[in-house]
Amino acid sequence: MKTILNETQISLTIKRLAHQILENHLDLTNTVIIGLQPRGLYLSDKIVEELKRSLPGKIVNYGILDITFYRDDVRREIKVPNKTDINFSIENKKVVLIDDVLYTGRTIRAALDALLDFGRPAKVELCVLIDRRFSRQLPIQPDYTGKVIDALISQKVKVLWKEKDAATEVIITE
Amino acid sequence: MTLSTSNLLGIKDLQPDDIRLILDTALQFKDVLQRPVKKVPSLRDVTIVNLFFENSTRTRISFELAEKRLSADVLNFTTSASSVSKGETMLDTVNNILSMKVDMVVLRHSASGAPHFLAKHIPAAIVNAGDGINEHPTQALLDALSITEATGGLEGKKIAIIGDIMHSRVALSNIYLLNKMGAEVTVAGPPTLIPKYIKEALGVNVTYNVKEALDWCDVANVLRIQLERQNQPLFSSLREYNLVYGISRKLLDSLKKQIVIMHPGPINRGVEIDSDVANGNESIILQQVENGVAVRMAVLYLLANREG
Repeated sequence: MKTILNETQISLTIKRLAHQILENHLDLTNTVIIGLQPRGLYLSDKIVEELKRSLPGKIVNYGILDITFYRDDVRREIKVPNKTDINFSIENKKVVLIDDVLYTGRTIRAALDALLDFGRPAKVELCVLIDRRFSRQLPIQPDYTGKVIDALISQKVKVLWKEKDAATEVIITE
Repeated sequence: MTLSTSNLLGIKDLQPDDIRLILDTALQFKDVLQRPVKKVPSLRDVTIVNLFFENSTRTRISFELAEKRLSADVLNFTTSASSVSKGETMLDTVNNILSMKVDMVVLRHSASGAPHFLAKHIPAAIVNAGDGINEHPTQALLDALSITEATGGLEGKKIAIIGDIMHSRVALSNIYLLNKMGAEVTVAGPPTLIPKYIKEALGVNVTYNVKEALDWCDVANVLRIQLERQNQPLFSSLREYNLVYGISRKLLDSLKKQIVIMHPGPINRGVEIDSDVANGNESIILQQVENGVAVRMAVLYLLANREG
C-alpha cells in the first residue's frame, strides 16, 4: 500500500479544481454541478462548498445522480440503487459531472445516458480527483483532473474520506 | 445485496431483508417515474412473457408498463387467444415459449400453486401475479409501500383487512408480509368469509364487527366482494352486505380518528365501499396503483440477473 495524496494535498487539489471550474464558468449562472453516487459525492460536496465560498450569496445548482439503472453489467451483478436528486432543469445548461476516480470510463458512459434522460444540456464536462489514464475502455477524457496516475490493471486505486473511512487519502494497493 | 430467492412465488418465502430491499429499490424507481424520460435501460437484454391464464386489467397493465419502463422486451399471452383452448398443457405452453429464449415469466393462474409447479420444471425466473386463492405477492408489496408512505412505516402499525378473507389472495399475501414486518393485523367480515382457524394459523385478530376493526386500526384495507361467487350462499344479498360490512362516510365520521383507506381494486362501489369514501381524503387507492408500477419494476430488476 502506498499513499499518493494525503489530506493536505487533497484539500489543495479540491481548491484548485473548484477554481479551474470557475475559470471556465465564471459566476456559474448557466452551470450546474452533478455529483455521481455513491463515492463521487464526497468530492462534489467539497467542490460545491469551495465554489460557494468563492461566490458568496450565489445559488449553486447542485444535484446528485445515481447510475445503477444505466449500468452495462446488470446481467453480471445486481447493484442496489442510490438516490438521484436533480431538482432543476438541465436543458441548455453547462453540466459539470464530478466523480472520484476515472478508470475504464464505463461509469461516465452510464452517467451520460442517465443525464440525457433529464434533458439536453448545452455541454457536459467531467471533473475527477484521480485519472487512471492508461486503463480506459471507452473514449472518455476528463476536463478537470486532480492527479493523473499510471497504475497497473492489477493495482487498486482508492480514494478514502474521513467521513466514511479511517482518514482522507488516496492510496494504491497491489 | 441480493434477494434470497430466484423467483417471487409468494411473500411466504421472503425474508424481511428481501422485503426491505424490494421496497427501497421501488422508491428509486418511483423517482425514475417522475422524470421527463420515465424509462431506464436496465433490462434491455431481457425478454419477459406475461402469461395470464385468468382475467386481469390492472395487474397486467401494471406489469407490462413496469417491463417497458425497464426496456425489457415484452410478450403478452392470454389463454382465450392461444393453443391452451386447443388442449395444450400449461407446462407445454411455457416450454414452447421458453424455447424461443425468454428469460422471465410473469404468471397469473386460477389454480393455487401453479407458479410453484412451474418453478420446479423450468429454469426461467417466475413472478407470481396471483395464483388462485393463494398469494398475490406484488399486491402485498405495493400495499406495504403505500402504507409506509401514508403512515411512515410498517412496524407497530395496526392494519385491518376487511371483506372476503376466505377467497382473497391479496389478504393472505398482506398478512404474511405485515406479520414479517412487525405490523399487527385484524381481519373483519362476515363469519362465512373468514376461515375458521385463521387466528391460530396466521396469528391475526378476528372480528365480525367492522366498526370495531375500524376503531382499532390505523389503516383499513377493504377487499373486493367477488361478485363471480354470488351463486354461493355466503351472505344473503349485496345490499345487506353493504349495510352491515360496507365502509360508508357515516361510519368513518363516527370514528374518533382519521384512518387510511386502501382497496386493491377493482372496486364495487356501493357494495364493500361507498363512492364518497373511495374518492375521499382518506383514500390512497390511486397511490396504490401508482406504486404498483414501481414495485413491479423493483421485483423484475432484482430477479433479472439470474443467468440460468
